[in-house]
Amino acid sequence: MSNHDTTAPILSARGLHHSFGQTEALRGVDLDVHPGEVLAVMGPSGSGKSTLLHCLAGVLVPDGGSVTHCPAGRAPLEISALGEPKRARLRLTDFGFVFQFGQLLPELTAVDNVSIPLLLAGTRRPEALRRSTDLLDRLGLDGMGAKLPGELSGGQAQRVAVARALVTSPAVLFADEPTGSLDSLASENVLTLMLELVREAGTTVVMITHDARTAAYADREVIVRDGAIGAGYRVSA
Amino acid sequence: MNNSLTLLGLLSREPSYGYDLKHSYDRYFGAGKALAFGQVYSTLARMVRDELIRALGEETGGGPDRKKYEITVAGQDRVREWLFTPDVPSESLQSELFAKTVIALLLDDDADRLLDVQRGEHMARMRELTRLKKDADLLRVLMCDHGLFHIEADLRWIDLTSARLTRLKKELQSA
Repeated sequence: MSNHDTTAPILSARGLHHSFGQTEALRGVDLDVHPGEVLAVMGPSGSGKSTLLHCLAGVLVPDGGSVTHCPAGRAPLEISALGEPKRARLRLTDFGFVFQFGQLLPELTAVDNVSIPLLLAGTRRPEALRRSTDLLDRLGLDGMGAKLPGELSGGQAQRVAVARALVTSPAVLFADEPTGSLDSLASENVLTLMLELVREAGTTVVMITHDARTAAYADREVIVRDGAIGAGYRVSA
Repeated sequence: MNNSLTLLGLLSREPSYGYDLKHSYDRYFGAGKALAFGQVYSTLARMVRDELIRALGEETGGGPDRKKYEITVAGQDRVREWLFTPDVPSESLQSELFAKTVIALLLDDDADRLLDVQRGEHMARMRELTRLKKDADLLRVLMCDHGLFHIEADLRWIDLTSARLTRLKKELQSA
């Protein structure tokens, strides 16, 4: 494991504030995420975990503070200062997303679901299908590409969602309770395969989880409580 | 874990030397903590005395490691009784962490910090066990999982207690 303290962060949040109406979801969050690290974001329900992830990923623009993305070999980019079209482009090219309930398109086959981000980014269809099929194979889904999401088990569908998130080789993978809907065995299987791929590619992961066993796959964890990152214990791996 | 009954269980497969039993034990259960030869031989001597096992013909000039042991009928009954008697779930409701939390609140000290520090230790141990599972055989995986689920249970208690500290402090101070 690399010494993350000596490298510049790939994502850096400073003084993040965000409210939904009268409810303050984030109250001054500072967070650095280092290249290639797997970070678990933990905390009680309603603590602001998802709002933090959405701000880091450029889905939400925070009311206050900044999020800066420092991709390798490119100039730093203040995500929180970009308009929606540029943030949408960045999410497509630099970030991948996995959610608790895969959110696959039910009318498309597994391989077509995985291909979507590549097609949107301008990759030609034969190439997109080839790369998607390769990735499905890597995730233990050989021969399942033609299946519809409804024909897959929960664990298989979630692996398709992981493939869709990683097919563009994103710099950062954002995962919001990626195994929250799975039983212990399926959850372990999805996590192991997902982390094998991201560690091999050097992908940075920001993973929300309320489950300590899932968080134990990460290099370190931060706790969000009442819209702030818990003080004190930040145990490095 | 009851070492004597575990050894007796291993011996009920077939007659064995103390030396072989020790290695069998270490292979299945001794991850990071091998059983001492001395403990194996003193346990075997006690089980001979209790007629749970008996020594088969001694080889000349042999020390304890030259004896082969076999289980008796009483020993077999003892193993079956052990296997099918459920363990007491969470025998003690007192834990060091529980005591520390209460004392910190009574002293008006930072119980939140104490729980956070412990939480960090628990997570570090969980990461270690998770790493040990990688590429391990199923026996090792199951052993690590047993540890992981127990640590997770502690963590859930820590989370719940953290959320209830203010109320707990009021109750303690008014008692």
